[in-house]
Amino acid sequence: MASRAQRMPTSLRVASSLFVLLWFILAAFPFIWTVWGSFKVELDFFSIADWTNAITGERTKAVYGSPFTATGYHGAWIQEEFWRNVLNTAIVCFFVVTISLTIGTLGGYALSRSTYNYTFWLLITALIFRAMPPITLVAGYLLPFFEWNLWGILPTTIIVLVAINQPFTLWMLHSFFKNIPSELDESAKVDGCNQFQAFRRVIIPVMWPGVITTGLFSFLLAYNDFVVGATLLSESNRTMVPAVNAFMGTTQTEGNVMFAVASVVSATVPLFILVMFFQRQIVGGLTAGAVKG
Amino acid sequence: MRHKTFLWFFLPTGLAMLLFIAMPIGSVVMQSIFAPHPAVLIEVESCTPLVGCTTETTIDQNATAALRAEKPLGRFVGLDIYFDRGHLAVDEFRALWASTDSWVGFFSELGNLPFYRAMAFTLTFVAVVTPLTIVLGLIIALAVNALHRHLKGLMIFFSLLPMIVTPLIGSLILFWMVDSRGVIGSALVALAGDPDFSLKASTGLMWVALLVYGVWHAAPFAFVVFYAGLQTLPSDQLEAAQIDGATRWQQVKYVVVPHLMPLVTFVALIQLMDNFKVFEPIIGFNAEAHAQSLSSFIYNDLGGETRQLSSASATSVMTIIGVAILLSPVLVRTWRDFKGAR
Repeated sequence: MASRAQRMPTSLRVASSLFVLLWFILAAFPFIWTVWGSFKVELDFFSIADWTNAITGERTKAVYGSPFTATGYHGAWIQEEFWRNVLNTAIVCFFVVTISLTIGTLGGYALSRSTYNYTFWLLITALIFRAMPPITLVAGYLLPFFEWNLWGILPTTIIVLVAINQPFTLWMLHSFFKNIPSELDESAKVDGCNQFQAFRRVIIPVMWPGVITTGLFSFLLAYNDFVVGATLLSESNRTMVPAVNAFMGTTQTEGNVMFAVASVVSATVPLFILVMFFQRQIVGGLTAGAVKG
Repeated sequence: MRHKTFLWFFLPTGLAMLLFIAMPIGSVVMQSIFAPHPAVLIEVESCTPLVGCTTETTIDQNATAALRAEKPLGRFVGLDIYFDRGHLAVDEFRALWASTDSWVGFFSELGNLPFYRAMAFTLTFVAVVTPLTIVLGLIIALAVNALHRHLKGLMIFFSLLPMIVTPLIGSLILFWMVDSRGVIGSALVALAGDPDFSLKASTGLMWVALLVYGVWHAAPFAFVVFYAGLQTLPSDQLEAAQIDGATRWQQVKYVVVPHLMPLVTFVALIQLMDNFKVFEPIIGFNAEAHAQSLSSFIYNDLGGETRQLSSASATSVMTIIGVAILLSPVLVRTWRDFKGAR
């Protein structure tokens, strides 16, 4: 945008900047507001009388002597034992990402290197699986899981999430491997490697950028899951998101809403950090599929 | 790659999808054509002197258990569950068709049937959110692209937040703000001048709120994709257009948008798939009374004291068929690409 002809007229520049500002407020304000409000009492967070109370924390000051209070966090994390749910989410995410990357890498590599018609049908099947709402499968899980006593425990949820994750992982890694020239592993095979050795010695060293990006999205899928956790986990094994929803069910007693607000903020913080460190990879991953068309 | 090698590489992921996606689909189809056995009732006549004889109907536990053990799938009902009132409601549909004479009346009456209500909301959500997301994403991308270099990274960071945040949590955050006690909600009450003005009370407002959430959640994705596309826009094309005297609007219309067209198709496809799944905002907004999507309809059947597996299964099967119909144009196109690429 160096040439003078492409420089915007002032009016357009102002309009465009105002629009960006508006979008910035739309995108960021709800988070800032909720984080700020999570350190208040419920009457300040939902301030009917005077909305500025939510900012200054008048009621909070009246109750606790300071405009900030961590009672919401204390109540959620210690009283309601939210840390258990956080721990469960950590376990689920770790295993889902590891397992689905391991098996997805192998499958995605195979799909990218085979030229038979069935690879197309496998990819199309994966696309349909990717488009199905996960809840449609739950009715199929419940009876066998009850029958074999698999319902309610973390390993079942992990393996189900891995399976639901596979279609996306396969598509993503398939397109990443397509970008690695097949001459690389062909030449390794000419030198006497079999397919697996070629994969291990030649492809694995160069595949990490694609795998890391795919891993980020697998993590997000496992972390953001509500349906599977809410239907397949027992109360004591709940992950974070179903637990937040459960807090919402018990909003009658005062203070409980603030527990939910505090847990919502707690659950958003890791995502915030994730975007901070991996912004480039996330943007790259979102556009990778698009560039391929 | 030889078939056998392919098989070994693909086996783990294939097995996972077969066991936990394909087989559950099969099981869902089976459950949707079998209904659970009703309890076997027996009439017991008990006679007491002076009072006389009364007959009582009780559940014959042994016979019921025996029946369930004999045919664990339940009794075969064919497509009855699909056609009952909770789903396609064939009888009611036919009656309505005969009794109402205007299209508007027909559709508003049809909206009282739960399955059609859920379908109407889901399709509205897909049809409204998808184009709005694309337009908003494009405008944001153009506006951010005109920003100073240092501001761009910051804007992308904040723009990603609504997309990356857990859908249930994102919808809760918005819901607390638009709730009649929240900051936006109370501002709306003040604007409307009506103290009873509430989101929870109005179906129309609830739909609007859900649609706004949908656009808010999805626009960053469209923005990021289009923004990446703008970086590859060849500057000589724009310059040529300027030399020919194109206005700024014409440049966008005839140079930028055609350049981004493949990306628009891509975003539209992803959005169609994701919007069809709409579920979490309905839970987060506590909107079940005003809006049901196909997914939340299934969720409601599965929850609660009585798990209505047959009913949930029938809806699931119809949802999967809907997904296949929605995707069919894409499937045809992908097949052509695949044939061409080989």
